[in-house]
Amino acid sequence: MKPRVLALLWTAALLLAGGFSQVVAQTTQITVMTHDSFSASRETVAAFEQAHQVTLQFLKAGDAGAALNQAILSKSNPMADVFFGVDNTYLSRALTADIFQPYASPLLAAVPDHLKLDPQNRLLPVDFGDVCLNYDKKWFETRQLTPPATLEDLVKPAFKGLAVVQNPATSSPGLAFLLATVGHFGEDGYLGFWQRLRDNDVLVTDGWKDAYWGQFSGASKGSRPIVVSYASSPPAEVYFAEKPLDEAPTAAVTTPGSCFRQIEFVGILKGTPRLALARQLVDFMLERTFQEDIPLQMFVFPANREAVLPDVFRRHTRIAEQPVALPPAEIAAHRERWIQAWTETVLR
Amino acid sequence: MALLSLERVSKTFNRQPFIREVSLALAEGDILCLLGPSGCGKTTLLRLIAGLERPDSGVITFDGRDLAPVPPHRRQFGMMFQEYALFPHKDVFENVAFGLELQRLPRPDLQRRVAETLDRVGLEGFAARRISDLSGGERQRVALARSLAPQPRLLLLDEPMGALDRALRERLMADLQLILKQVGVTSIMVTHDQAEAFAVADTVAVIDDGQIAQIAPPETLYRQPVSPLVARFLGLNNLVAGRVAADGAVATPLGRFQIPGTRAAHGAQVIVLIRPEAASLAAAGGFAGPLEALIDARVQARLFQGQHYLLRATTENGIALVFTLPASTPPPGPGKRVRLRLNVSAMSLMPGPPEA
Amino acid sequence: MASPLRRQLLLVLPPLLFLGLFYFYPLLRIFIVSFLPSDLWAPLEPKRLLTSGYYLGRLWFTFWQAAVSTLLTLAIALPGACLFARYDFRGRAALQTLATIPFVLPTVVVASAFQALLGPHGLLNTVPMAIWGLSTPPIRLHQSVGMILAAHVFYNYAVVLRIVGGFWSQLAPEMNEAARMLGASGWQAFRRVSLPLLRPAILAAALLVFIFCFSSFGVILILGGPRLATIEVEIYRQAVHLFNLPLAAALSLVQIFFTFGLMWAYTALQRRSSLALMPAAAAIGRQAVQTGGERLFLCIGLLPAVLFLTAPLAALLIQSFTTDSGLGLAFYRAIFENRSQSVFFVPPFQAMGYSVGFALTALLLAVVLGLPAALFLAGPPSRLAALLDPIFMLPLSTSAVTLGFGFIIALDRPPLNLRNSLLLVPVAHCLVAFPFVLRSLLPALRSIPDSLREAASLLGASPWRVWRCVDLPIIGRALLVGVVFAFTISMGEFGATALVARPQTPTMPLAIFRFLGQPGALNYGQAMAMSSLLMLVTAAGFVLLEKIRPETSGGF
Repeated sequence: MKPRVLALLWTAALLLAGGFSQVVAQTTQITVMTHDSFSASRETVAAFEQAHQVTLQFLKAGDAGAALNQAILSKSNPMADVFFGVDNTYLSRALTADIFQPYASPLLAAVPDHLKLDPQNRLLPVDFGDVCLNYDKKWFETRQLTPPATLEDLVKPAFKGLAVVQNPATSSPGLAFLLATVGHFGEDGYLGFWQRLRDNDVLVTDGWKDAYWGQFSGASKGSRPIVVSYASSPPAEVYFAEKPLDEAPTAAVTTPGSCFRQIEFVGILKGTPRLALARQLVDFMLERTFQEDIPLQMFVFPANREAVLPDVFRRHTRIAEQPVALPPAEIAAHRERWIQAWTETVLR
Repeated sequence: MALLSLERVSKTFNRQPFIREVSLALAEGDILCLLGPSGCGKTTLLRLIAGLERPDSGVITFDGRDLAPVPPHRRQFGMMFQEYALFPHKDVFENVAFGLELQRLPRPDLQRRVAETLDRVGLEGFAARRISDLSGGERQRVALARSLAPQPRLLLLDEPMGALDRALRERLMADLQLILKQVGVTSIMVTHDQAEAFAVADTVAVIDDGQIAQIAPPETLYRQPVSPLVARFLGLNNLVAGRVAADGAVATPLGRFQIPGTRAAHGAQVIVLIRPEAASLAAAGGFAGPLEALIDARVQARLFQGQHYLLRATTENGIALVFTLPASTPPPGPGKRVRLRLNVSAMSLMPGPPEA
Repeated sequence: MASPLRRQLLLVLPPLLFLGLFYFYPLLRIFIVSFLPSDLWAPLEPKRLLTSGYYLGRLWFTFWQAAVSTLLTLAIALPGACLFARYDFRGRAALQTLATIPFVLPTVVVASAFQALLGPHGLLNTVPMAIWGLSTPPIRLHQSVGMILAAHVFYNYAVVLRIVGGFWSQLAPEMNEAARMLGASGWQAFRRVSLPLLRPAILAAALLVFIFCFSSFGVILILGGPRLATIEVEIYRQAVHLFNLPLAAALSLVQIFFTFGLMWAYTALQRRSSLALMPAAAAIGRQAVQTGGERLFLCIGLLPAVLFLTAPLAALLIQSFTTDSGLGLAFYRAIFENRSQSVFFVPPFQAMGYSVGFALTALLLAVVLGLPAALFLAGPPSRLAALLDPIFMLPLSTSAVTLGFGFIIALDRPPLNLRNSLLLVPVAHCLVAFPFVLRSLLPALRSIPDSLREAASLLGASPWRVWRCVDLPIIGRALLVGVVFAFTISMGEFGATALVARPQTPTMPLAIFRFLGQPGALNYGQAMAMSSLLMLVTAAGFVLLEKIRPETSGGF
């Protein structure tokens, strides 16, 4: 083929590719950058869009950590207006990176104080989830054994070989559970707990999915009836059951000191040209409409104390009264060391 | 006793009969050629003998032994492939030595045999050459050497000249025949080229549509083809229908010919084959002698071919004929009339189509 | 008339440009960001990295699990490739499709299928336990290297099958026959004649499998468990969870250098062993199975592989139909319903459409770039070609997360404002698919003797004509192999897609992953149903692709 024709074709292709990416927006768009687990109902999104005559665009960029890192890396040229999905384990990193601008939303008054981890309101709490042990009710009933009630139960001989947990180095609930043990047993005691747990034949997987769908007897052909999951997992089992259920097949251990509270935040990214709209969006996320939508969309609890929980949540789980909470700064400072120590103790 | 014998061998592919009940016998030291157009089944027949295909029915015996249970690598037959199938990752020496290594020949004997075989095919000193450096003719010789080196009892050659150009082909035809006779190996060659077949073989079998149309030494084949098909394949196209008269002569649209050796019954339909060399120029008004016939025709084309002229002419009644005439006397050019004297000894008869 | 050199350069320019823009430039940017001092992370201590036994240990593990996986895959798949190439038997095409499907399945799904088979409560344990009354499961592969190796073989069987099998069926069978006529038994003919001739294809397939296993992520993470980690997993951990970019970047560099070195050695080997072969003539091809002995051989050779490959897929399929009330279509119906009215609901047909659309675009890109690259590399040897051969393979071994971050930084301003572009997904897919196309084409291209091209040239054919009438028919099959791989890779790609895709254009793997994000039997069932659909769509894709054969003069 004539080289000139070849060259022409390539140039045309490149131009086409370049043009491809220039999407001309029809109405005003506001973009929310978030992680894979984010969800919202059509109604709720439509409500915002109609009220403000905008199009709500979502940008999903991997899991919570990956999404945040991408937001940080694109600091000088942000990809979105608002970022949703920073949790308390990443809070310090997000704030140090200085990518959010403060906004004291009037709706913060409806949010309990213990959820407001950023006094400067660069990151505002939207929801929280409790990472707890879940157990397979049927398994324990069939064998007429008492299910676990506290973290200490896990190291008892009766529970040998029954638990599956996630690697804190690779899993968010895994890290949360580790933090729960650090908070509950203290810096001096948590490794001892893990040592005993290891001796008690605990199984470790790399992620929540392989633990839940691969090892947990309540959801798979696995043989472990105790798994680290969320307090909202039992209601999810009911909601997503094949046939309507009266009772949840699993239950969460929500006794004091046995859960870790993961709080999720939203923040307005610095450099957004649509500041007013972004603020309205943050307000919307803290309002009852959006807040009451959260449980059945993302299976976490709404931060707004006025939001009403759906039936399935009220019947099949409860919000832990005294979950473990660690200051974000402390988490940021010691996280790597704790994970390292955990790895040494449990995996080697 | 025949060395190789095939009895009613058949082979079907995809429910199409490829070889139909073929029987033949080959004596030791003979060179048989399977001649036929593409797709007639001759290569399949060769592969059946080699053991690379299995016949659906029939028996193939070699030296009295049924070959059916014997796999190809135990038959001790040599085979030369159309595209030579030389091993590109080995040099000439290693190619030729391949069969000998498998025979576990001791090293000194092996080296001697390779050298001898290379000499025989005219490739002395080529032992270290790489296959990719060889010309077409050289590759053919290596392929031949490779198949001869293990001293096979039967050599099978699949279109050995097929991949060569015309000039090379003619030179190698003679060489091949010489080498095969020198070595004395019984051979079966497959080709579609009649000249090759005639040059190399002792016996030629014309294969058509999976069957043997005629099997005979080249001279017999040429002089007495048994069917129009065989004749046409040999390049003999002067076929005229006729009927045997009471006096033994054959009446044809070209005239009455008294063909020697006519054994057909009176009234039988026959086809007369007039070989190209049958004609010579006759003066206008000449007389036909006892073994001759005269025909008038108009020249369609006259091709000078060096040693002779090829003359295409059509008679009054529309019969097209082709003759070769000696170069010494040029025949008339296209469009002109010509009178030809036909020698009946250059004619032969074959059975005609059955009566309607 | 352009000089040959200019033509060669024009050939290689587009793939180089593509690689430069979408691979080297983002990588460079992310490396710069990572290695410059910042308050976001601790600076890198190179000495600590080099002397730390931990990272060396990771590197060693990465290497040997990839090597053993490769050898195992070759050992299991080569006999299959032989049978596929040489014999024609009923169900041959179906089997080939089946063998390639694993390639497309997300690891999570495959892990689940393996669990259903090999786990402590899986079929292969519960059945023998029931029959022989055992108390503990006989197969204890859980979270072990054995599982990883098994999964790698499962995934990569098709690579060897198609690349070696495809090349093998192009080998003129006469050489094998000539060897047999000279007294070699089947095995001897194979060992002394066929095997050396197959070496380029075997090496190509082995290389691809090795690199694939070397940078394997999902398999190691899920099936290996937390104790077994490769460099790739470490990179992910450091980059995403710990945001320790300097370390992640350093490990990425280690990965790249290592692969480059390996590729360099391989390409040197490859160039020396390439032989010009006469490609197979039209009518010769596979032979029908004739004797009872051959039939038995076929069964023994193929049956274990077939079982191993299809069992997990069958387990998946069965799980998608197993509802509380027996076998039924409940899950398939459910995937069409937007139960929670989520704005991110993925209608299955839409997901299929996007998956196939991205796959076809990626495929086209991979071919349009891979073909000239292959032509360039198969042309006259030069220093540039020797350097570019390994370079073209690098994207395959680079961590998706490193590249993903690179895209974020590098592609953010016009004229390269492609961060949010739809095009980025097929581009990311193409980066992985392009080396596959290249490696599939090269052995075939290098095997065409120059004499063929010269003959065509002398007969008056222009270079374009030569290429169209000589090269294309011969490499037709190899091209098809590359095309099928590109399609499959794109259909099943998850890691990079998760980082660059927009929620409006979800692919099937993303949809599957979404289902598995929440508990609930319905979610699990839907994930299985979607996975089964993914398998179906991919298989249909193969069948259609294989029908599009480039115009051939002699057939293949």
